[in-house]
Amino acid sequence: MSSQAEPTEDFEGIAARAPNRHAAFQPHRKGAMGRAHDLLHATPALVPMIVLIAAVAVFGLVLGGKFFSPFALTLILQQVQIVGVLAAAQSLIVLTAGIDLSVGATAVFCSVIMGKLVFDVGLPAPLAVLAGLIAGTAIGGLNGWLVSRVRLPPFIVTLGMWQIVLAATYLSSGNETIRAQDIEATAPFLQFLGGKLQLGGATLTFGVILMLLLVLVLAYALRSTAWGRHVYAVGDDPEAAALAGVDVHRTLMSVYLLVGLICALAGWVMIGRFGSVSPSATTGVIGNIQSITAVVIGGISLFGGRGSILGAFFGALIVGVFELGLRMAGANPQWTFLLIGALIIGAVAVDQWIRKVSA
Amino acid sequence: MTDPVLSARGLVKRYGRVTALDRCDFDLMPGEILAVIGDNGAGKSTLIKAISGAVIPDAGEIRLEGRPVRFASPIEARQAGIETVYQTLAMSPALSIADNMFMGRELRCSGIMGTLFRRLDRRAMEAFAREKLNDLGLMTIQNIAQPVETLSGGQRQGVAVARAAAFGSRLIILDEPTAALGVKESRRVLDLILDVRARGLPIILISHNMPHVFEVADRIHIHRLGRRLCTIRPADHSMSDAVAFMTGARTPPDVMEAA
Ligand SMILES: Nc1ncnc2c1ncn2[C@@H]1O[C@H](COP(=O)(O)OP(=O)(O)O)[C@@H](O)[C@H]1O
Ligand SMILES: [Mg+2]
Repeated sequence: MSSQAEPTEDFEGIAARAPNRHAAFQPHRKGAMGRAHDLLHATPALVPMIVLIAAVAVFGLVLGGKFFSPFALTLILQQVQIVGVLAAAQSLIVLTAGIDLSVGATAVFCSVIMGKLVFDVGLPAPLAVLAGLIAGTAIGGLNGWLVSRVRLPPFIVTLGMWQIVLAATYLSSGNETIRAQDIEATAPFLQFLGGKLQLGGATLTFGVILMLLLVLVLAYALRSTAWGRHVYAVGDDPEAAALAGVDVHRTLMSVYLLVGLICALAGWVMIGRFGSVSPSATTGVIGNIQSITAVVIGGISLFGGRGSILGAFFGALIVGVFELGLRMAGANPQWTFLLIGALIIGAVAVDQWIRKVSA
Repeated sequence: MTDPVLSARGLVKRYGRVTALDRCDFDLMPGEILAVIGDNGAGKSTLIKAISGAVIPDAGEIRLEGRPVRFASPIEARQAGIETVYQTLAMSPALSIADNMFMGRELRCSGIMGTLFRRLDRRAMEAFAREKLNDLGLMTIQNIAQPVETLSGGQRQGVAVARAAAFGSRLIILDEPTAALGVKESRRVLDLILDVRARGLPIILISHNMPHVFEVADRIHIHRLGRRLCTIRPADHSMSDAVAFMTGARTPPDVMEAA
């Protein structure tokens, strides 16, 4: 070794004599704020859950048994089932640091395909549903391919896809609604998810049960499987994920395909909810914003990689609670929008705070 | 003479008008610690990325134990037993230490929970991660489930080094692994590198720290302007020689050892 290496021995010798503590993981923030921060960091669905419970409690106190009844509370579930399913889809995309403006349009398009294939082509209803699910998955796959392979921004891809799918819906259907009575007479299976389960005063539709199952299964997959960890890693930092051994393209494709499938399921839920198939259903136009609202209120970071799907579900429920509660209270519906707007901004502020970590 | 574990001939990598690798050659011998030194922007990181599958060279050939290999991704290099600590560390800040250590090679529960429900075996992964970090002696662990972003730069580097040392089976590449570390933490990493060599694994170490390089390296690959300028033995040259070669202040003697 050359003579210039000598000094190393020296300062390392001194360091070695220092007390043997090094780089311990000390809890670095003390106090209530610090602990709250750590808690939210670990459980981002906590804020929307608290807001949801508070909203239910406030409306329950003000409106009494009228609101705080199994009937009203399950009515909320029925009213949010479409947005709830779309929010589950949107959550996956937002976790990968993307955004999907085509979710609502895809749902409507798939419901129209299901109806058309039965009434125009004469396919049996289960096959028509299957075809609708495949169509949705294909749209998702196309979005995913454009985002992951062609590397176009998700916002632009899905902005375009939203318009294309919406136009295709009108063009292929001549904007004709398939009436509920006709569906009931010819192909009741299309309305299957509208089927009801009565439990006391509570009414659960199969669509609601599907939404709940979907959220639970996705929450499990995101938290407890390797695929879920990869979704978070890709959303957090795709380059780091790739270097660490994640197949980023495959992960993105799996997410977009799955999202397309979930949107198609939302289309099927729509037929159950409304009974009819309507190409001009508002979901096609505002489903994207509704689902993004639920996701943001639910505390999922638009920067990707942070948040939980349960949060988005709570976000959808919060909107449902406000809508029904304020309507029952006889308030002007504009109050709903005002409050939701405030919640959105509040949620993003909380997200900024959570992401700010002092190392 | 023994054959190199890993060799590269004529590697070229261009980024637009920048030539990061310019017909670069490279050799790593069995069981050795090969230091790679060179100025910032000389192409050291690009060289090791080409070896680890993170970058696909425009031209040139890489041989692993004599067989030509063409890694299309870091996953493929890893499957061949090449484990890398990148300069950027390649970690997901919001995920836990254990999640990061097992990223891309997660352990699943045994039985139906693993096969059908594909459930991660968190307990086994956390126990393994804790053990490896303790081996490294870099830290006393309070919570292996805490997100990596709550760690200091040095701790993160420790986790990345522990990950590579734990999983490397053919060779280990470290791109400036002590850059963010304090004196004692650097010492631990150097000891770990020596441990790994004692296990018989060769190591590629990129470092700007000349005392470290001269202390642990068996040979020093001096990289300049996208290619190997020369390879020296630390015993034959001083640190100022090495720095003079790598900055171009002096030309190395033509008579260099082979390889
Ligand atoms: N992804 C990239 N895109 C464009 N240029 C790059 C990229 N990576 C490296 N370079 C360029 O290639 C050259 C070599 O970089 P690098 O391999 O990081 O050098 P070193 O690690 O020796 O400091 C530099 O000029 C750098 O700017
Ligand atoms: Mg570098």
